[in-house]
Amino acid sequence: MKVMVMIQGAGADEDKIAPTEEMLREMGAYNEQLVKAGVMLDGEGLHPSAKGARVVFAGGDTSVVDGPFTESKELIAGYWIWQVSSLEEAVEWAKKCPSDPQYGATQVLEIRQIFSPEDFGAEYTPELREKDERLAEEIQSQHGQA
Amino acid sequence: MPDVRRTIDAIWRMSSPQLIATLARTVRDVGLAEELAQDAFVAALEQWPRDGIPDNPAAWLTTTAKNKAVDLIRREHTRDAKYTAVAADLATRPPDAPDAVVDDPIGDDLLSLVFVACHPVLPREARVALTLRMVGGLSTDEIARAFLVPSATLGQRISRAKRTLTEAQVPFEVPQPDELPARLGAVLEVVYLVFNEGYTATSGEDWVRRDLAEDAMRLGRVLAGLLPAEPEVHGLVSLMELQASRFATRQGPDGAPILLEDQDRRRWDRLLITRGLAALDRAAQLRRPLGPYCLQAAIAAQHARAATWEDTDWDAIRALYDGLAQVAPSPVVALNRAVAVLMTDGPQAALDELDAVGADPRLARHHLYGAVRGDVLLRLGRRDEAASTLEQAAAHAPSTRERRLLLERAAAAGERPA
Repeated sequence: MKVMVMIQGAGADEDKIAPTEEMLREMGAYNEQLVKAGVMLDGEGLHPSAKGARVVFAGGDTSVVDGPFTESKELIAGYWIWQVSSLEEAVEWAKKCPSDPQYGATQVLEIRQIFSPEDFGAEYTPELREKDERLAEEIQSQHGQA
Repeated sequence: MPDVRRTIDAIWRMSSPQLIATLARTVRDVGLAEELAQDAFVAALEQWPRDGIPDNPAAWLTTTAKNKAVDLIRREHTRDAKYTAVAADLATRPPDAPDAVVDDPIGDDLLSLVFVACHPVLPREARVALTLRMVGGLSTDEIARAFLVPSATLGQRISRAKRTLTEAQVPFEVPQPDELPARLGAVLEVVYLVFNEGYTATSGEDWVRRDLAEDAMRLGRVLAGLLPAEPEVHGLVSLMELQASRFATRQGPDGAPILLEDQDRRRWDRLLITRGLAALDRAAQLRRPLGPYCLQAAIAAQHARAATWEDTDWDAIRALYDGLAQVAPSPVVALNRAVAVLMTDGPQAALDELDAVGADPRLARHHLYGAVRGDVLLRLGRRDEAASTLEQAAAHAPSTRERRLLLERAAAAGERPA
């Protein structure tokens, strides 16, 4: 199974999360462990939310909010894609991740399983699948026009 | 809250290969090392649910297994000088620091374990079982379920394999450079066998078997980390990732196989394609002649790069099959090459190719040979011959579904165009 592992921190601590040399070195060693075990498929770090924006849909209106999002409790700072045999294995790998209180009071790694077509099982009927495929086709043709 | 038993299983899977490898270097017997590791695992199953999981579970397992090694050797009062020396060594060595589990920085122990598990003294099915057990960290039950054999049978297969290794006094080491190509070939063969066992599992409910494909991909990536200078290792990783990128599109909702030509390429896994192409680049950068896995990966890469079936670069694919037919000739390669000829030079050239290779009786009786030959005859307008060829192919089809498809095609070929 594939999982996405997201590194979360509080928006208020975001300036502390800016990677130092030591943190990069520790993370590099951790990533190397993941690669050597054949677990890591992908991973990226994200710039601070000051460089980001949110597009909000509410009550039929669309608005844009520029970063930083200092109020956010669960701001994503980076992610990995892992291939593991179980959620428990992902948890054990996540527990090995380097962490340090100086980067913020709380850091959280959230692990979520990635859907594969097989996961839909019997609910994903041929009709639904066909509908999805038509939708994908439509999306592609729209992109083609753009 | 994760389940304790499943957590212990996960820890076993993550740490047992290195644990067995480290122990095997110390006790110089892979079978004994595996039993000691098992004993430590059983102790963990007893203690951890009660006392909690230790902070460094891998170090706990290592220390426990080493203590069990000392106990065992003392208890048996063996006169074997080898074991006495090992016991003395273990007993006098300072206890491991909590984090010093992995005293195998360049992975030589793990690599030795891989080569021993795939040793030519073992029959092929024993190599597969032993590799999944010791290097993949799978349990005997998991392997038995995946290969659809009773657990007891598989357990016996593993015990017999360990005994064979001990009796043959197979040394625990990485093969010498002159032996390496052949021994590496045996290792890659095992990994690819495991992959195909999972990849070709046709039953939609068969998750256990499909997981084998992921296990093989992990083994391949581990090997690539251990042997980064061997292009064929990267070639095999690339081949597996590229093939697996098509996993979701190979079968229709009713389980019927979907040909490459008809697959929905938008649903191919882009991440696996990117990884597969990167692995192939790493192989190419080593600037050595391309072996069979690199060539097959390069062919898969041509398909992965083509946005549509019509965009496929058949000249490149034909050239790659020419290479493959030289380094690894087989009936299946000959057949695939004929398909590439059909796409580059048309049906008459393809028919000549097929007739040339059809002299091989292994191929002539293969249903895919008849399927391709029937298609080529149809393109040449020889409808009656096409129909009878497809009917013969149907008779050789391995499953009722494939037989039915071929008979449908035969019937369609026999009909006169309106």
